[in-house]
Amino acid sequence: MNEMQFLTWVRGTGLNIAVGIFLLGVIWRLIEIYSLGRKKDLSAPRNVPGASGWHTVFRRSMPPKDMGMVKKSPVSYIGGYVFHIGLAVVVFLFAPHIKFIESVVGLSWPGLPSQFVDLVAVITIAAMVVVLADRINKPVKRYLSTFEDWFTWTVTFLPVLTGWMAVQHLLLPYTTMLALHILSVEILLVVLPFTKLFHAFTVWGSRYYNGAVNGHKGVAV
Amino acid sequence: MQGPLIDTLARYGVSRRSFLKYCATLASMMALPPSAGRAMAEAMAAAPAAAKRPSVIWLPFQECTGCTESITRSHSPSIEGMIFDMVSLDYQETLMAAAGHQAEEALHNAMKENEGKYLLIVDGSVPLGLDGAYSCIAGKSNLEALKEVAKGAAAIVAMGSCAAYGGIPKANPNPTGAVSVSDVIKDKPIINIPGCPPIPVVMTGVLAHFLTFGSLPEMDKLGRPKAFYGETIHDRCYRRPFYDQGKFAKTFDDEGARKGWCLFELGCKGPVTYNACATVKWNGGTSWPVESGHGCLGCSEPDFWDGGGFYKALSMPADPLKVVAGAVAVGAAAGVAVSFANRAKKSGAKGGHETTTLADLEK
Amino acid sequence: MSATLEKGVRVLKEVIDAPIASYFNSCVHCGLCAEACLFYTETGDPKYTPIHKLEPLRRVYEQEYTLLGRLKKLAGLSKPVTDAELGEWQELVYNSCTLCGRCSVVCPVGNDIVYMVRKLREGMSASGNAPDGIKGAVNRTVTIGSPMGVKLPAVKAQMKHVEEDYGIPIPLDAEGAEYMVMLSSMEIINFPEYLGAIAKIMQQAGKTWTLCSTAFEATNAGMQIGNSDLARVIVSRIVDGAEKLKVKTVISPECGHAYTALRWEGANLIGRPFTFQVKHIIEVLGEFQEQGLLKTEGFETDKLTFHDPCQLARRGGVIQPQRNLMKMVAKNFVEMPDPGFINWCCGGGGGASAIEEGEELRIEAFKKKKSQLDAVKPDRLVTACANCRIVLEEGLEHYQMDIPVVGLTEMIAEHIPEKGA
Repeated sequence: MNEMQFLTWVRGTGLNIAVGIFLLGVIWRLIEIYSLGRKKDLSAPRNVPGASGWHTVFRRSMPPKDMGMVKKSPVSYIGGYVFHIGLAVVVFLFAPHIKFIESVVGLSWPGLPSQFVDLVAVITIAAMVVVLADRINKPVKRYLSTFEDWFTWTVTFLPVLTGWMAVQHLLLPYTTMLALHILSVEILLVVLPFTKLFHAFTVWGSRYYNGAVNGHKGVAV
Repeated sequence: MQGPLIDTLARYGVSRRSFLKYCATLASMMALPPSAGRAMAEAMAAAPAAAKRPSVIWLPFQECTGCTESITRSHSPSIEGMIFDMVSLDYQETLMAAAGHQAEEALHNAMKENEGKYLLIVDGSVPLGLDGAYSCIAGKSNLEALKEVAKGAAAIVAMGSCAAYGGIPKANPNPTGAVSVSDVIKDKPIINIPGCPPIPVVMTGVLAHFLTFGSLPEMDKLGRPKAFYGETIHDRCYRRPFYDQGKFAKTFDDEGARKGWCLFELGCKGPVTYNACATVKWNGGTSWPVESGHGCLGCSEPDFWDGGGFYKALSMPADPLKVVAGAVAVGAAAGVAVSFANRAKKSGAKGGHETTTLADLEK
Repeated sequence: MSATLEKGVRVLKEVIDAPIASYFNSCVHCGLCAEACLFYTETGDPKYTPIHKLEPLRRVYEQEYTLLGRLKKLAGLSKPVTDAELGEWQELVYNSCTLCGRCSVVCPVGNDIVYMVRKLREGMSASGNAPDGIKGAVNRTVTIGSPMGVKLPAVKAQMKHVEEDYGIPIPLDAEGAEYMVMLSSMEIINFPEYLGAIAKIMQQAGKTWTLCSTAFEATNAGMQIGNSDLARVIVSRIVDGAEKLKVKTVISPECGHAYTALRWEGANLIGRPFTFQVKHIIEVLGEFQEQGLLKTEGFETDKLTFHDPCQLARRGGVIQPQRNLMKMVAKNFVEMPDPGFINWCCGGGGGASAIEEGEELRIEAFKKKKSQLDAVKPDRLVTACANCRIVLEEGLEHYQMDIPVVGLTEMIAEHIPEKGA
């Protein structure tokens, strides 16, 4: 298989397989999780403004107020924000990616200059490395970590790294690197529904439930 | 510097000075040291006019003559064309006056007289299907002819994408079983000069190198001369700044197209295509596809014909939507099946509930 | 003598629901919950990370309710939960968790970790892996009527004392009263002033109230051990009593878990909404204050601070009333660091204070409260939970801190002018 055949495969058959498994997995897992249902809360609710599932869905995107959590675990918060926002920028605001999305779902929006996206990619890579170092260094994180944590870090990191290297023409010819980049994204897509990366979907449900259960008591969590 | 070539050039109105300059340019294009330009010029100029010139045999297989057209008609009169005066083109079906048995005789004579020394140029792919019956010359399949002629060749130049990588004949579903020269011949130095067609100066550059140094220039891993195929079209494209700024033409007649913005979104394959078009240009440096407003097709890359469509942006998937409905259906079915099993299990657990009493807290 | 692993796992299968499934799928092992848990912050031992305390529940969920987990289980690729493992987890699920809910507040993906600990305790108790201390409390509550073994005669004796001391009659089984007042056994045994305080407050407010002879004990060790069947037995007594006496409101005493058991879990335990309201005494006092039914005179002048019981504030939504009440009677009221909604637990909630073998850890965890108090250096510490009060007193004594702990209701009552004076 030469470079172009490799690229053609990852853009064609490979992508079809990956998108297929991703969609299949996401739908199956969402039904599997949320069909378990929950009991209705029969206690009399205490209605307080700001205490509801939907409030928590949004509120939990910020560190809890006045708890000094950012100070206690700065890498988790700052590193976490930087790499999540960085990923979002790189994935959704890089012109070729927008073009890709447009071709699949027909939606498009303005992108950012590629030099800026490039800078964001470098920052994102750095943040992910720092977050990994933190996982290795912090006793709690190391204690909680299983193979899945290291594995999911890797499959998230590789698309960013290969994408950046492809644009920068590092190490391998562009065609090969681009193909590797797409392949790494495909691996990410395949893995996502079946690992902790699925939090990208369930985080909203989790926040909603937490907010709703506590909101019922008039507690804005 | 004197010689028959200089005289010939003079007859066409090309001065010695411009010949030297051409050789220097060629040398620099091929990333050779400046002295190589002069060496090249001297070697070529010194070639005797009447005496024996290096023999070149040009075999056409499954091809469209576009490569020959490219070389001979690119711009005339040309120094490129003159280079062919340096060689003895003993067999070239399109160009030679002889035909039929005469032509075959010329071929066999050339092979016999120059055994082990002649240069073989091939354009077109080699069909393997039906025992090669798809393309025959003088009752011989291309495969037979190639094997026979390659045996005594010093080196082989696979001219154009068909000879280099199979090209359009090899495009899906490849009805003739077309393959490239390097798929058939394994024991000779082969250089690929892909392109549909290839750039004339690349051809002459390789010839000049062979004439001057008696060897093929440095190649990349796809067997192409590194000097011309070292960088992508995209890297050398004059529209590259627009790509970096995210300015793209969306259609061939929108404002972006008129302003000369990047053609990436219109399917330009420049980022994955290694060739010299952006620097050398075509028709004597007049223009090249991107400059004329059309994206690069990627013609110098293997299997460019099957790359998912010329007008589909490179970042675009071939056709992932066709799996969506199926995947969603299977996912939903799996999910619903699991949820039924889960509910059964949960109600089983509920049904099996024995009210805990105090005694039940103890093991 | 019939608790088994099978029963425990069956109960876990019964209680696992969509929120739990969502939570486990959302956890990214960031470990931030550890920073919110005083058992981790004070010991530095990563095993006290809240989400780690749920590992057996996570495995049961994965093995029973996910397709891949089921396949892994069939192929023998996943480790089944064992009785020994649950036994090992006892320390993590009970001793080192007070159900304070701080972890649920910080989790960035929104996991309600304490919700899951509560559910895991169902399986722990059904498999016989609950701590002896809480088992004893449940036993006494179900058989005798109160975790400390207090019976009606003891309550009647206290009523008589209070009637004599305060000169106010204490109604018992008065049908149609507006409020039915509940007690915790600690108040009956250790803090009888509470009953007197209620009498004074109700008298001033002009409200009718009553105690109930069949339901005076509010605490619910069944909920603390995490067994809904037993919690239901206990809460049903209160529901029956309140419905028999046709009261409008049942007042939960100064006890955090009693409030949660009655206010939030009660209706769900008996499977229908209550026909009466449930309020914490602090909520009632707050209402009286707003309505002008609570009038006090004089002020405390020493430096006071307030310890928010987790179940009242963070888990119950009552945060402002206690502050308004404090300001009503205290000139020098200062907040601790991390007050109100984010207050740190005393270290003994959720039944933890009943676990003898957990005392050392509890004392270690109390260093968090100590540091809060050291920052304020109060003369006295006010709270609104009898269990917090006991645990605080133990901790303060251990660290030789001379800070008396008082109940807010009693302090308010002390400022109510004597009738006719």
